[in-house]
Amino acid sequence: MNGENPGREAPQPPAGKVSRRRVLGGVGAVVGAAAATVIPLATIGLPSTRATETPTAKRQWGMVIDLRLCDGCEKCTKACQKEHSLPEEHTWLKIVEVPREGGSYFFPKICQQCENPPCLKVCPTAATFKNPEGVILVEQDRCIGCRMCMAACPYEARYFNYEDPIIPAGALDNPMPEFPVPQKKGTVGKCVLCVHNADKGKLPFCVEACSMDALYIADYNSDVMVNGSGHTHQLSKYLYENDAFRYKEELNTSPRVWYIAGHGQDYFEY
Amino acid sequence: MTSIAISHPPYEDAALRPVVNKAGLIWWSIFLGLSAVIAVGLVAYGYQLREGLSVTGLSQRISWGFYISNLVFFIGISYGGAITSAILRLTNAPWRAPLVRLAEAMAVSALLVGAVFPIIDLGRPDHMYHLFIHGQVGSPVLWDVVAISTYLAASLLFIYLPLIPDIALCRDRLAKTSGALRRAMYRVLALGWHGSDEQKRVLNQGMTALAILIIPLAVSVHSVLAWLFGVTVRPGWNSTIFAPYFVIGAMYSGVATVILVLAAFRWAYKLEDYITLKHFRYLSYMMLVLALAYLYFMVSEYLTEGYKLHESTGALLELVLLGKLAPFFWLFVVGGILLPVLVVAVPMTRTIPLLALASLAVVLGMWLKRFLIVVPSLAESITPATKLTIYTPTWVEISITVAAAAAIPWMLMLFFRFFPIISVFEMEEAAEAEVHRREEILRGGN
Repeated sequence: MNGENPGREAPQPPAGKVSRRRVLGGVGAVVGAAAATVIPLATIGLPSTRATETPTAKRQWGMVIDLRLCDGCEKCTKACQKEHSLPEEHTWLKIVEVPREGGSYFFPKICQQCENPPCLKVCPTAATFKNPEGVILVEQDRCIGCRMCMAACPYEARYFNYEDPIIPAGALDNPMPEFPVPQKKGTVGKCVLCVHNADKGKLPFCVEACSMDALYIADYNSDVMVNGSGHTHQLSKYLYENDAFRYKEELNTSPRVWYIAGHGQDYFEY
Repeated sequence: MTSIAISHPPYEDAALRPVVNKAGLIWWSIFLGLSAVIAVGLVAYGYQLREGLSVTGLSQRISWGFYISNLVFFIGISYGGAITSAILRLTNAPWRAPLVRLAEAMAVSALLVGAVFPIIDLGRPDHMYHLFIHGQVGSPVLWDVVAISTYLAASLLFIYLPLIPDIALCRDRLAKTSGALRRAMYRVLALGWHGSDEQKRVLNQGMTALAILIIPLAVSVHSVLAWLFGVTVRPGWNSTIFAPYFVIGAMYSGVATVILVLAAFRWAYKLEDYITLKHFRYLSYMMLVLALAYLYFMVSEYLTEGYKLHESTGALLELVLLGKLAPFFWLFVVGGILLPVLVVAVPMTRTIPLLALASLAVVLGMWLKRFLIVVPSLAESITPATKLTIYTPTWVEISITVAAAAAIPWMLMLFFRFFPIISVFEMEEAAEAEVHRREEILRGGN
């Protein structure tokens, strides 16, 4: 293989340095500003789209998953399903056993919180949106259930509510996209990275439940990652030193979920 | 200018026969039979409305199935009807007059059926209005909404314009025999047509403009449908040739449907004198060319993908070409392309029953092909999360699909109880043009 695998590059969550993303973002802003002055007429009368909002919040959430530690116990999946009242087939976080020579390893598959999310682009009603903290959410009241996003997601991380949802005791009448419990029949649901928990100073349910400490929640802005036991690392340094990679990097979806390989697997196996 | 001075030419009587005559036993039994099939479909949809999409065979992995296949299929055959008529008008093919009405009516009814499927497929059809209040121009789904509704409006106009003189004919000739309501309908819809030269000039201009307009419109509709799949990264869908591939497929299945409809209505309404073997042959030549074009696209798609054999594409190709779905795929290749091509290519088999049979095989085969485009790409997971998922449609999906197919002849039968089955106006124009042409030849000869 010629050239460098993009996954091998030092990951560069925004840390005050000039990164390629920043430069491209700057170019994009200039082009965007030029376009905005040229075609304001074309956009008048169009519904505003939260989809194009640039995340500006104090926190920019991401995730780190250490494949060296995952033992496939599925405590994360169960905690997620219990807390979000999800049916068994809605595996917002799914532990996949990937077979390989002489055994197998476990791969926690979750919404990658793409910075360039294919699911969001194809949504006809902007029911799927990116919140200011960079998390992709679904406003289920707005979703019409066309399932275009499910076809578009390269990570198959979206789930359709075919059946009536499980309604937990004390459920809200009109749940927020940040905590969509109960789910709405006929709409699509997905991992919300438990942003409602962050507001309360709590970790996501899956991170909390992981007894192997393999799951970390990360904040790009403060450059910090932390797991269920409270182990804390400097995000950029940890990703760099452990050769972190992103799932299907070649698709340019720019995920906010980073994986640390550990079983001799290379990046092309997923 | 000479005109053929017959007050009621025979084609006029033939065109009006189904309008004037009382419906016979055969008509009623077919009509009621189709109505029953449609009723079952409506009941099935009612059930689905109440219970949600859980009554379908769809799953988390295979989230699009029969309904989306039907959407592509029915809009496709509609497109074929419109484009056949439009091309024949623009090229001024003199033999088109007896068949354009049937082709256009088929186009509209297939479109009405096809346009319903995105709604049937929605998880929450009651929230469909969100498309209009929250519509996102970046979404292929919205492109579809815009394209299909524009195309629907254009194709309604496309059939209506040449119908105006014929409605006026009904208004004048059937004034004594029809009831008040029917008379009022003809009067309103005829828009005061009295056949002046000025009216004819304006009408012909409008028809030409629409014939030109309907082609890019229909192309855009089917391209947009293709991009529903083409904008994703799924193997099999992740293709740059999908738009023209779909357009050719639509024309192919559409011309076949036109042939099928012509054969059926020619037999049922005794139009043997007007719709002749010549029409079937000419249309089947179009079908032959389109079959080869479709084959070319298909080979081009599978060859380039199969040569590189990217991991996920490889699994998909194996599933479709060699695996579980291979019988369906090769059935399509042999029954839906090779045999029909042979039937058209060999002069001996170019008879109306065989051509109709070949067209039926094309229509069924193209439905199968659409299914093979939609479902396998979802069945073959693109993450290691699941192995191959199997999709088994339920009685709800099957009933709705069969009802949709039945709704096309049903609408046509109903339509031709009110409006002439042959475009009398265009038959007249063609006859006048023929007289004109002969005069020119005679004059040139002297």
